Amino acid sequence: MATDQLLLEVKDLKTYFFLDEGTVRAVDGVDMVIRRGQALGVVGESGCGKSVTARSILRIVPRPGRIVQGEITLHRMRESKNGRTVTEAVRLTDLDPMGVEMRSIRGAEIALVPQEPMMSLSPVHTLGNQIIEAIMLHQRVTKAEARERAIHMLDLVGMPRPSRTIDRYPHELSGGMRQRGMIAMALCCHPSLLIADEPTTALDVTTEAQILKLIRGLRQELGMAIMYITHNLGVVAQTTEDVIVMYMGKVVEEADVDSLFHDPKHPYTRALLRSIPRLGQRTRERQRLESIRGSVPDPYALPKGCSFHPRCAQAIRGVCDREEPPYVEVGPAHKVRCVLYR
Amino acid sequence: MLGYVLRRVTIMIPTLLIISIISFVIIQLPPGDYLTSYAAQLRTMGDIVQQEEIDALRQRYGLGQPVYVQYFKWISGIILRGDWGQSMEWQKPVRDLIWERLALTMVLSGVSILVSWFIAIPIGVYSATHQYSIPDYILSIISFVGVGTPGFMLALVIMYVAMTAFGLNVGGLFSQEYLAAPWSWAKVVDMLKHLWIPVLIIALGSTAGSIRTTRANLLDELNKPYVETARAKGLPEGRLVWKYPVRVALNPFFSTVGWSLANLISGETLVSVVLSLQTIGPMMLRALTSQDMYLAGSFLLLLSTMTVLGTLISDILLAWVDPRIRMEA
Repeated sequence: MATDQLLLEVKDLKTYFFLDEGTVRAVDGVDMVIRRGQALGVVGESGCGKSVTARSILRIVPRPGRIVQGEITLHRMRESKNGRTVTEAVRLTDLDPMGVEMRSIRGAEIALVPQEPMMSLSPVHTLGNQIIEAIMLHQRVTKAEARERAIHMLDLVGMPRPSRTIDRYPHELSGGMRQRGMIAMALCCHPSLLIADEPTTALDVTTEAQILKLIRGLRQELGMAIMYITHNLGVVAQTTEDVIVMYMGKVVEEADVDSLFHDPKHPYTRALLRSIPRLGQRTRERQRLESIRGSVPDPYALPKGCSFHPRCAQAIRGVCDREEPPYVEVGPAHKVRCVLYR
Repeated sequence: MLGYVLRRVTIMIPTLLIISIISFVIIQLPPGDYLTSYAAQLRTMGDIVQQEEIDALRQRYGLGQPVYVQYFKWISGIILRGDWGQSMEWQKPVRDLIWERLALTMVLSGVSILVSWFIAIPIGVYSATHQYSIPDYILSIISFVGVGTPGFMLALVIMYVAMTAFGLNVGGLFSQEYLAAPWSWAKVVDMLKHLWIPVLIIALGSTAGSIRTTRANLLDELNKPYVETARAKGLPEGRLVWKYPVRVALNPFFSTVGWSLANLISGETLVSVVLSLQTIGPMMLRALTSQDMYLAGSFLLLLSTMTVLGTLISDILLAWVDPRIRMEA
């Protein structure tokens, strides 16, 4: 699998929510590139815009949110007339979000594994009904064939006794089984990009480990790219090659996993890493686990300058609270949005 | 599923038994025994009261015997012989009076429920999926006015307009010539011609309420993660809304079939009085005011039984549409 081939480009994406209380700039100028087969982690605290970025890519931003600026381009593989596969660039931001073309991409090219396996399946339809529906929507198959494929997919994600589980209702399944079902549904049309939005947050640790292992294995087997959204840096270290750190709707640092963990640049990334408890690490006397001071600012009144400066230990008065920090390259494919590296 | 239904039917038996006791107590509540008031009533009309007739009736209903014996006679009369007792005011057995009216009431109420759902659900869905749009505001205003308009007033207005503007008499369920006629195909057709006005008037109140219920429930469901899942699959919006959130949002309709039936019957009383319909409501109202207690008690028992049956129907419907309920059975 050539990982240098472009799959998805996001350029200067801005998605705002227009509420009575004011405008929330959930995503405020995000750039990112996902290559074919790449595993990209997107990290940040709750409310930093990770999930809204994912929904912008899928064009399912809920009201009153709206993409106000930016481009999202998908490089789609297609069979040309003479039988060769060609890539074709589709600008998702130009499509009608509920139109035919966008719907043919959603679920088929780009699939979503959502956060809440407990809530993400319809309680009144069987698991099979919901997976078969997805297959028949994008592939020309009969119902019996679709069922066959759904069972195969459930088997692939390690669902016990798939030919029986397929007729179960969600409430008859455990959280881990439901999430396996959701993954099967997302993968049933062989997407080239899987967006996993905190897929293990609602699960217990053992199940989380199983699901992460499953996703890693499936990625290798099916050769798809994964955008892994999480607030858990441990998960990122296990599942991805490259990481984007987001804060208040902006990308503040991007690097490969090794550089990010061993040589974090942005004060926010450093603080995030320091706030992970480590097993076996010799703790000095009365050393406490650090947390990032303060909390995420009010989304209606973002601080001027760098939006992290009120919480930043290295903030320079007169600089960080005045000017927008530049996005500087500090190493190969390692970028950081901070005045300290200017 | 079958076990669930059987279990529910078994639970119904003690419920109905308790209901029959309460109904009987209500019959016995007015002071004096009803034959004394019956005799008094006859005397005021100048009739000569035959002592044999009073004695025969006293024997038949076991008056003067302990209350539980009377209850047993009444209930065994109903269960074993279908004898609901005698209506004092109509001088007829209760069973001869109630069945036709009960059937007409069921037709009227049933059609009204269906009509109100048929109108309310699509409007409610539209209103919820287009929340805060101008059509949503207009529909909301109309449905609030609908909730606030008393049915009997609407009936009066419609009768007045029909009479003055079109010279039509919209009262009643039958034309004059069919009123006392035995049932025939022509009579059914005649009834259907008259039925739509009372149906619309009775349906209006519950339609307006149902629009609000549908809208509110659907708004709750529309933001659930499973709707996003369906959208992320690439489903077209219309198919998605009807298959997933609407299906869940309609549960309250199925669960309230039971008492909406009884509700409609008591709700339509005033409308039926105004439109002079031959349904249960007006007759029960009269039986209550004139203390015709066997007639009133029979209606009470029948309505309660219908509510219990309605609840069973709605439970079965609910178990059918929502698998989570089936589980608990």
